[in-house]
Amino acid sequence: MDLKEKLISSFLAFENQVDVDVDSKVHDVRSKAFSNFEQQGFPTKRDEEWKYTNLSSLLKSNYNIFSKGESSLTYKDVKQYFINETDCYNLVFIDGKFNAFLSNTTHDGLDVCVMSAALTKPKYEEEINTYFNKLAKENNSLSDLNTAFSAEGAYVNIPKNTVVPKPIQILNFSTGSEQEILIQPRNLVIVGENAHVQIMERHQSLTGNNTLTNSVTEIFVNKRGMVDFYKMQNDVETASLIDGTFVSQEKDSVASVHTFSFGGKLTRNNLEFYQNGEHCVSHMNGISILDGKQHVDNHTLVQHKAPNCESHEMYKGIYDEKSTGVFNGKVIVEQAAQKINAYQQNNNIIVGDKASVNSKPQLEIFADDVKCSHGCTIGQLDESALFYMQQRGIPKKEAKALLMYAFSNDALKDVKIPELKTKINAIIAQKLDVNIGFDL
Amino acid sequence: MLKIENLQARIDDKEILKGLNIEVKAGEVHAIMGPNGAGKSTMASVIAGKEEYEVTGGSIELNGEDISELAPDERAHAGVFLSFQYPVEIPGVTVTNFIKSSINESRKAQGLEEMPAKDLLKKIREKSELLEIDRKFLSRSLNEGFSGGEKKRNEIFQMAMLEPKLAILDETDSGLDIDALRIVANGVNKLKSKDNAVIVITHYQRLLDYIVPDFVHVLYDGKIVKSGTKELALELEEKGYDWIKEELNA
Repeated sequence: MDLKEKLISSFLAFENQVDVDVDSKVHDVRSKAFSNFEQQGFPTKRDEEWKYTNLSSLLKSNYNIFSKGESSLTYKDVKQYFINETDCYNLVFIDGKFNAFLSNTTHDGLDVCVMSAALTKPKYEEEINTYFNKLAKENNSLSDLNTAFSAEGAYVNIPKNTVVPKPIQILNFSTGSEQEILIQPRNLVIVGENAHVQIMERHQSLTGNNTLTNSVTEIFVNKRGMVDFYKMQNDVETASLIDGTFVSQEKDSVASVHTFSFGGKLTRNNLEFYQNGEHCVSHMNGISILDGKQHVDNHTLVQHKAPNCESHEMYKGIYDEKSTGVFNGKVIVEQAAQKINAYQQNNNIIVGDKASVNSKPQLEIFADDVKCSHGCTIGQLDESALFYMQQRGIPKKEAKALLMYAFSNDALKDVKIPELKTKINAIIAQKLDVNIGFDL
Repeated sequence: MLKIENLQARIDDKEILKGLNIEVKAGEVHAIMGPNGAGKSTMASVIAGKEEYEVTGGSIELNGEDISELAPDERAHAGVFLSFQYPVEIPGVTVTNFIKSSINESRKAQGLEEMPAKDLLKKIREKSELLEIDRKFLSRSLNEGFSGGEKKRNEIFQMAMLEPKLAILDETDSGLDIDALRIVANGVNKLKSKDNAVIVITHYQRLLDYIVPDFVHVLYDGKIVKSGTKELALELEEKGYDWIKEELNA
């Protein structure tokens, strides 16, 4: 039985397991998404959007769809994946199940809790009916698959005028207690008017068994709201991730999504921004540093629907050995979106002889008074710069690393959580196999 | 200090140095002059160890040790400094951080601890004042968006920080106005001692009014064809190089 058939035959059992009310709107949403997935199946290389990312080998594994989620993990086992020194709200999921022991939730002035509660309890019904699957719905079959099986994840609701005093970290662990496992986290973030929040998200496998994560996050930023979302992707080589993150912005809001891809076997990031009101600002920053046979595909979309907005996109990639990368940046400027400024940049350095990158900007502009710019470079390290640095006493290996560090630094400068920045710097240094005596 | 014997080098298939000899003793300043394409910059690059050049014969000795097989960073650790004719821009690395890496890598190679931050900052302050460099300049990305004069001043600033045994200044005067030239020359003169040596590569006598050489050499067609004292530079300024070419052809 292939994975699609297995998922189809599991759907009823899944709904019974989460004990869903057949009259609820959530049930309708799931059922509709399920039939969409049933019709479309998994994307193949024949789909234009999946031309350079082949899922077929991932789909051959015999994934366990229902994890028991029983785990004896202690904080000590997973401490290294946390931001520790900064006080945070923590939402920890193990094999897709919430772990209250490792988590630190709140309902005090804001909700930082779990989707399983939000999807089933009456007190969240209004928010769920207003927001749940309102952004991901028009997307691909993988989002539909996630929606059909949506049961658990992070639910964050920040009321208006609330500045969340500490970051929220969402950690998804998969353990070796099952064999191969498919996890489908579903997150919903609602940022009220004039509210501010910082969120970090990480998927981490603790096993050598194949893990596939198909995650969907919907983020709604209301008027003058601000959100900073950091995605740390440094998983083991048997773990793959398909991520759909959808951001909807109202007037005067600012939203930033930072994607740091250093690990994992295959990572596909679908990141979509919808600007619905004037004076929205959207930032997308990404760094990929890959080696081995790693593959990272960043697909971004910005839909400018209103005038006087900005979007800034900067993705950097360093590819060693046989690693491969994809950047596809789509910007749609609707006719009403006059006087917008859309900026997109994708720079890549190829280090490995067999590494490759496919980069594609896609601009669709229907307004006539806009500023849209994009640039893409793919190159090697500058030999003259290497000689210059060596002449000043810096050995070639360190010189190369310093250049790569400096190269990726642009996309790191907006990280506002110092401990996270230090952690990323350390991962980059480790990834480049050097010890550089300063933070850039 | 530096002893080069019968040095031959080429890039791709083009012979550039064709048997170059020079000896520079500690405490001396040597000027290398010569027409365009004579091999002046190649000489500087080959001493510094640029990999594009293939050394096909001869030797380069620094304090009695053959350095011709060493990597550029190892030569730097041995005390060779090259002030680049065209300093490279390195976006994302500040002047301060670059200097810090540079100094600490050299110290590491000598088995020394890293320089304490306090000492480093003190030295940076001292040397930046010597070169009349604005403090703000130190937190900018290395050479990025610097004017020609700023780049050259920054080169001499790095030289002051690293205190090399042998400094090679490759057309450090090009692109400098008279004030910047005076500042740079003053910096170089302050750094001169009986224990180090300087090779000045230049097209113009002008720089040599400020950095007074003990010897002047004419490099032509990959060889030193004439050597003399500072008066030779004046003669070259006045008469050009044709008379030397004629002498050679005679």
